Amino acid sequence: MLQATPTPATAAAMSGPSGPRPRSVTAGRVGLYAFLFFAALFFLLPMYVMIVTSLKTMGEIRMGNIFSLPSEMTIEPWIQAWNSACTGLNCSGIKVGFWNSVRILIPSVILSIFVGSLTGYALSLWRVRGANLLFAVLLLGAFLPYQVFIYPLVRIYSTVGIYGTMTGIVVTHIIFGLPLMTLLFRNYYASLPIELFKAARVDGGGFFQIFFRLMLPMSTPIVIVACILQVTGIWNDFLFGVIFAGRDNLPMTVQLNNIVNSTQGEKLYNVNMAATILTALVPLVVYFISGRWFVRGIAAGAVKG
Amino acid sequence: MATVSIRDLEIEFGNLKVLKNLDLEIEQGEFIVLLGPSGCGKSTLLNAVAGLLDISAGQIWIGGKNVTWEEPKDRGIGMVFQSYALYPRMTVTGNLSFGLKMAKTPKAEIDKRVARAAEILQIQPLLNRRPAELSGGQRQRVAIGRALVRDVDVFLFDEPLSNLDAKLRTELRVELKRLHQGLGSTMIYVTHDQIEALTLADRIAVMNGGVIQQLASPKEIYRRPLNRFVAGFVGSPSMNFVDGTLVVEEGRATFKLKDGRIVDLAGYEFVAPPEHGRPATLGIRPEQIDLEKREPNATTIPVNLTLVEPMGADSLVWGDVAGTQFSVRIDGDAHVDTPSVVDAWFEPAQASVFDLATGARL
Repeated sequence: MLQATPTPATAAAMSGPSGPRPRSVTAGRVGLYAFLFFAALFFLLPMYVMIVTSLKTMGEIRMGNIFSLPSEMTIEPWIQAWNSACTGLNCSGIKVGFWNSVRILIPSVILSIFVGSLTGYALSLWRVRGANLLFAVLLLGAFLPYQVFIYPLVRIYSTVGIYGTMTGIVVTHIIFGLPLMTLLFRNYYASLPIELFKAARVDGGGFFQIFFRLMLPMSTPIVIVACILQVTGIWNDFLFGVIFAGRDNLPMTVQLNNIVNSTQGEKLYNVNMAATILTALVPLVVYFISGRWFVRGIAAGAVKG
Repeated sequence: MATVSIRDLEIEFGNLKVLKNLDLEIEQGEFIVLLGPSGCGKSTLLNAVAGLLDISAGQIWIGGKNVTWEEPKDRGIGMVFQSYALYPRMTVTGNLSFGLKMAKTPKAEIDKRVARAAEILQIQPLLNRRPAELSGGQRQRVAIGRALVRDVDVFLFDEPLSNLDAKLRTELRVELKRLHQGLGSTMIYVTHDQIEALTLADRIAVMNGGVIQQLASPKEIYRRPLNRFVAGFVGSPSMNFVDGTLVVEEGRATFKLKDGRIVDLAGYEFVAPPEHGRPATLGIRPEQIDLEKREPNATTIPVNLTLVEPMGADSLVWGDVAGTQFSVRIDGDAHVDTPSVVDAWFEPAQASVFDLATGARL
């Protein structure tokens, strides 16, 4: 007859492996972490040199020890870079470029995400005739080198009178952001349960009502991803800024170039380093506060990162 | 309250015809269940009625109005989905009132209707929660409420209970039936679950391959399936099918099994006078078979019993008839020896005979 009560755990029954498996440190692990550590060190080295140099006086820099720590710390180069570095004859620092970049960035990011999400929504959920073809053409646009479009765009802008204006540069960023933004949002909306959309249709929502009241509030994750991609992309842009923004709206990247490459007198390495770090600060901050999302953004935009 | 009429409907995706020349008349206040295996076109038909799908040909009438080209919102329908499809960023109140807000209903009226729907469905304590904070059954109630507040004439249900666990499904099934009795609205309900179909429907439309195989009351579907597909699809465990030939001698019809033995069919009502020598399939439901003679009109069929599956209230005995798998449902307390060869009893009047080639009822 079978025994209903379980037999007590005897020493014999409990011998052999039991409980969590012990963790062992293998040589492979040690080697892997050692490699990662030194690789990180290697890639951080330029960053270290930049920060150290920007805190030195010109006198100290001239001695040539680029890896040494500053003997007397000074933040004068940073102030100079921000307030009074010269681009040609204009000596009001990189702050002008910073604010120009901010003024370009905000409308460009908001509008390109809005247009991209609207296009992605229309292409994924509404039965647009030839939607797939349209999408294919849009993606093709993303793979063509954008230098090809510059000359035609200059002609078009000057004809309609927005060449060299804030509008011109913002429109440019919207146009070139469109393929990637559309791809991002189209794939996101296509992954949502289609029943949601059907339910909203039955409930009487129109194209824009469903978009604003239902889809957009559900898009937070992908909007964050899009924001990261667009903020870093537009902030780091140099070419469009120098061509389309016009004299008064030159973005920070262009101004940084003008400061670093201006050739009057002595090259102020400390000021140049400080100005460069200042320019790179915005993408860096975006990266650090949104690390998890940033990686997802790169993965989502893997087709064209 | 409205009639629904589907006339000569045709739907194709690319070159694939999903529905062909489909006609369906649904009366006012009727509860119609579209039943069929996945891919039979039942959900497609429902989506077409809702106006969520482009049709290739035909017409759809709701409440005596041709709505073939109307937008979903103008058709006077409410729809409940399998995945609930609740708007995730809105509270229950927000979900219920979304459609009314779209229709620009006055605020006071919205509040009144939401309160009434919440009362009917007993979801008042949940009104300020978001869908993520609700259980499956509660979500489905809210989804039903969303159709309810809009005072629609026709409710469309797309497998609404399939995502729920068995116990909850039974509960909500009863509630749906009660709701239908209370509202008296026309309801079209898609499911692949025959129990739901048999319990809920006034009439069942059994579909296969984009064609309605039989449209009849649950009882009729169960008792007199029009063809072999309906017979095999409805009923659990499914109907036993034994191939053979019809033998008609002096006006008496019998069924000759493959191994030569004869089963008397006296009492079976043929659709048309039987033909001697026609290859046919005899269909008998496991629950219509007894291992003892209980009814005076019963006839026998020889069965080899090989295996007993006890299922609590009753047991299923498996075996074969002339080499074809065969099952018999018996009382859970009854004892059967296996393996054994016995004579099983059934009433020919309850059985079905189908043409072997076409599958149509004879």
